[in-house]
Amino acid sequence: MVRQPRRPPAGAAAAGALGILGPRTSRPAVRLRFCSTSATLTGMMGRLYFLALALCAFCLPAFAKDELVLAMTQTPGTMNPLISSMLAKSLIHNMTARPITAYDPSWKVVCLVCTGLSTLQNGKARLVDLPDGKKGMEIDVELRPMRWGDGTPVTSKDVAFTLEVGKHPLSGVASSEGYRRIVKFDIKDDTHFTMTVDRVTFDYSNIDFQFVPAHIEKPIFDANPADYRNKTAYDTQPTNPGLSFGPYRITELVPGNRIVLEPNAMWTGEKPHFKRLVIKIIESTAALEANLLSGNVDYVLGELGLSLDQALAFEKRHKDKFNVLYKPALIYEHIDVKLDNPLLGDRRVRQAILMAIDRKAISDKLFEGKQPVAHGGTSPLDPMFNTAARQYGYDPAASRKLLDEAGFAEIKNGVRQNAKGERFSIEITTTAGNRVREQVAQVIQSQLRQVGIELRIKAEPPRIFSEGLNRRNFSGLAMYAWVSRPQGVPRSTLHSQEIPSAANGWSGQNYPGYANPEMDKALDSTERELDDDKRRALFADIQRIHADDLPVLPLFFRVDAFVLPRQLKGVVPTGHLNSSTLWIEQWRWEE
Amino acid sequence: MSRYLAVRAAEIVVTLALMSLVVYLLIGLMPGDPIDLMIAGDPKMTSADAARLRALYGLDRPLIERYLAWAGQAVQGNLGYSRSYSLPVLSVLGPRLLNTLQLAGLAFVFSCAIALPLGIWAASRPRSRIDYLINLLCFAGMSAPPFWLALLLITLFAVSLGWLPAGGMADIPANASWGTALLQKLRYAALPVMTLTLVQLGAYTRFMRSAMIEVLRQDYVRTARAKGLPERRVMWGHAFANALAPVLTVLALSFGGLFSGALITETMFAWPGVGKAIYQAILDNDYNLALVGLLMATFATIVGNLLADLAYVWIDPRVSIAGTAP
Repeated sequence: MVRQPRRPPAGAAAAGALGILGPRTSRPAVRLRFCSTSATLTGMMGRLYFLALALCAFCLPAFAKDELVLAMTQTPGTMNPLISSMLAKSLIHNMTARPITAYDPSWKVVCLVCTGLSTLQNGKARLVDLPDGKKGMEIDVELRPMRWGDGTPVTSKDVAFTLEVGKHPLSGVASSEGYRRIVKFDIKDDTHFTMTVDRVTFDYSNIDFQFVPAHIEKPIFDANPADYRNKTAYDTQPTNPGLSFGPYRITELVPGNRIVLEPNAMWTGEKPHFKRLVIKIIESTAALEANLLSGNVDYVLGELGLSLDQALAFEKRHKDKFNVLYKPALIYEHIDVKLDNPLLGDRRVRQAILMAIDRKAISDKLFEGKQPVAHGGTSPLDPMFNTAARQYGYDPAASRKLLDEAGFAEIKNGVRQNAKGERFSIEITTTAGNRVREQVAQVIQSQLRQVGIELRIKAEPPRIFSEGLNRRNFSGLAMYAWVSRPQGVPRSTLHSQEIPSAANGWSGQNYPGYANPEMDKALDSTERELDDDKRRALFADIQRIHADDLPVLPLFFRVDAFVLPRQLKGVVPTGHLNSSTLWIEQWRWEE
Repeated sequence: MSRYLAVRAAEIVVTLALMSLVVYLLIGLMPGDPIDLMIAGDPKMTSADAARLRALYGLDRPLIERYLAWAGQAVQGNLGYSRSYSLPVLSVLGPRLLNTLQLAGLAFVFSCAIALPLGIWAASRPRSRIDYLINLLCFAGMSAPPFWLALLLITLFAVSLGWLPAGGMADIPANASWGTALLQKLRYAALPVMTLTLVQLGAYTRFMRSAMIEVLRQDYVRTARAKGLPERRVMWGHAFANALAPVLTVLALSFGGLFSGALITETMFAWPGVGKAIYQAILDNDYNLALVGLLMATFATIVGNLLADLAYVWIDPRVSIAGTAP
C-alpha cells in the first residue's frame, strides 16, 4: 500500500495551475495575459482569482505518493559507521547497510548478512589454543550473496578491510578494542572467512559490527590513513550508491537538515514499500510535535523522538489519529553514589536512601506507571534477570532504622547528624534541561527530607555534567542513564579496573569508585562462561552483590515512546541498541 | 576614502586575529574535550583508545601550541576540519551561512520596511491613540520570547490552519521550475522570517520613534514648518535623514548579531543555519567549527559597523570620513 495524498484534489489543481505540481503550467499564463489587457471589472475579478490561486498554491504543503517523511531530534555527524558511535547515524545506517548479526525485537541474536549463526554446537565456532598460551575462539562465517549499490559484490575483503581500518592507530576509529580482539582473519573465498578471537566470550556468535566497501574506501585509506576520517567517501560522496547494500541508499544529504533515501536496486531481500524516505532533523521536541500534527512529518523515529511525558500528553489529545507504543528499553535511569564520600561509604546508608524513595509512586505520578521500577542494572525483560536478588520497596520506617544504626540517629532542624556533628547533607547532580529528571530529583529531595536527609539539587548542562562524571568530580549523588544491550555484562560500570583516573586517561565508567573483589571475579567469569545455566548463576551473583552493596541506586528502566500514525504498519520497537530501522523494508502504509 | 578603507580593513584583520585567540582559548578552557564526549558515548573505549585519539587530534599538546598550529594553517587558507562532520569547516558552514543570510536578510528587510514607517508614524503623533497602540504592540513584540512566538505561529499557521509547513527547508525536486522552487522556498521561510521580524520589529520601531521625536523638536524642523512646507516633506525631506543616523548604528549592530543570534528561531523551525551550527559545535566540543562560526559572526558585526559608518557620510553631509566637518 502506498501513502495517500492528504489534501483534496481541488487544492492540488490550484497548485498545479501555478506549476507547483508540474503538468498544468499553461493556464496561468493565459489568465495573466487576459488580466493585463483588461481594465474592466472582469479584469479586476480575474486578478483577484489569480491572486487567490497563488495564495492557495503558496499555502499548500507539497506531498508525494510513496513517500514517508520521518523526523528525529539528533543531527548525525560523520556518516562513516566506523569513526564514532552515534544513535542518529546508526538509525540511518541501518536502512542502508546491516551488521553481520543483531539482536532482533525479541532480543534474540539473528543473522542479517550471514547465512547462519556460528555456534559451538554446529561446529562453526571452536575453542582454540593461542600462541601466547591463552584460550581463544575460531569462528567461521558465510556471507549471504549481496551487492553494494553500484553492483560490486559484498565480500570477505570488505570485512578484512574494515578490520584493517579498525585496528590502525591513525584511522580515527573511536573504539578499536573490538577489532583488536580479532587476532587472525583468514579469507577462504569471497563469501567465507574465519576469524580468531583472542578470548572466550559467551556472546561469540554475535558479530555486531558494520563493515565498509573496500572497493571505495580502501584507496582513500591507503593514500593516508591519518587523513581517512576526513576523506572518507561517506562524508565526501554520501550519495555514492556503492556505500549501501541495504534496502535503501542515500540520494541526498543536507547536513543538519534532511537526508533522503531511495530503494537500492541491488538489494536482494524483501522489497521496501516506500519509494522515498525523507528524514528531517528537528531538534526541538515541541517543534517536532507541531510538525507531526501539521502533517509535515509522518512519523517521529521512536528511538530519537518524543520523550515519555510528551508522548503521554500527546496520546491523550490525539489518540484518534496516532497509535502510541511504549517499549521498555535497556536505558537504565539510576543514581551513582560517590563512595569516597564519608557520609555514603556505609552500605546501610545507601540502602536507607533507596528505601526512602518511593519509586513506584514516582512512576505512577510522573509516567502513568509506564516506566517500570528498576531493581538493578539488569532489565526484568532480560533472560539473565535474577528474581531472587534483593529488591527494595518504599519503607521509610526501615530507612530511618538503618540510618540510626549507621550512626545518624540525632536529628537537628530536621536533618540527621552523626556523633561528630556532621549533618547528613548531600548533593545530587543531574542534567539541566531534562525536565523529567529535574522533577524526579525534586520528588527525591522531598522524600529524603522525610527521613532526615538534606538533598541539594545541582542541575548542570549535559556537557559539564558529563565532564564532571568522567573525572569523578561529583560530591554525593549523580542521576543519569546508562544504555546497555541484552545480556550485557556491566563490566565497564562495576569492575574495579574501570574506575576512571588520570592513570587510565579517565576511561571506564565506574564513576562511584566501586571496588569489590567478589564482584570483579563474578564479572570476569560471566564474560567467559559459555554454559547458559552456569552463566545465569554468575549473572545472579552479580545482581545479588549489586543489590547488597548498592554502589548505584536503581530508579527506572526508561520507556521509548513510538508515536505512530494509524496507517503506518510494520514498525516494531526493539528496546535495545539494534534499532527498529534494521527492518525498514517491512514498514508500509495502509489506509 | 581608499586610505580610510585600508585602515578599517587592517583593523578588521587585527580584531579577527585577537578574537580567534580569545575564542580558541575560551573554547579550549571549557570543561572536557571531544574525547571525553566519545568516552561517555561509547563504553567500549579503553584508556589506550583515549590516549591514541588525544594524540591524533592533537589534544595532548598545550592549548597555545594548538592555537599557533591552527593559526599557521589558517593564514594559508586551511581553516581545518569539523570533528563532528569530518568535513572542512567551510563546507559545513558555507551552506548554513547562505541559509542564515536568507532568513536574517529577509527578516531584516521586512523589519526595517515595517518598523521605520511605523516609528515615524508614531513620532508624528506623539501621545496619540495610535502612538499608544504602536508602543503597546512594540512592547508586546519585544517581550514575547522567540520560542513561544515560534510555537504560536506554528500552531496557528501549520497545525490549525494547515497553510504553511511547520519547519525545515523546502525539498525541491531537481526538475522543478524556478518559480516552483521559489514558491516552495518562500513557503518554508515564511514562519521563521515572520518570527524573527516580529521579534525585531518592536525595538526598531521604538528606536525610530525616539530618534524622530528628537529631530522633530529641532529648530530647523520648526523653521521648515513655519515656511509652510507640506508635513510630508518636513517629515521625509528634513527630519527622516537626520533621524536615521542613530538608528543606522542600532541596525548595523543588530544585523551582525542576526548571524549567530537566530539560534532559537533556527532550532524551532529546524532551519539549518549558522547560529544552530555554532551552538551544536560548542556542545560537541567541535573546536574548529565553533571557532570559525564565531569568527564569521564577528566579521559580520564589524562589516555591519563599517557599512553604518559609510552610510553616515552618505546620509549626513556634516559627517566626513576624516571625522571633521567638510
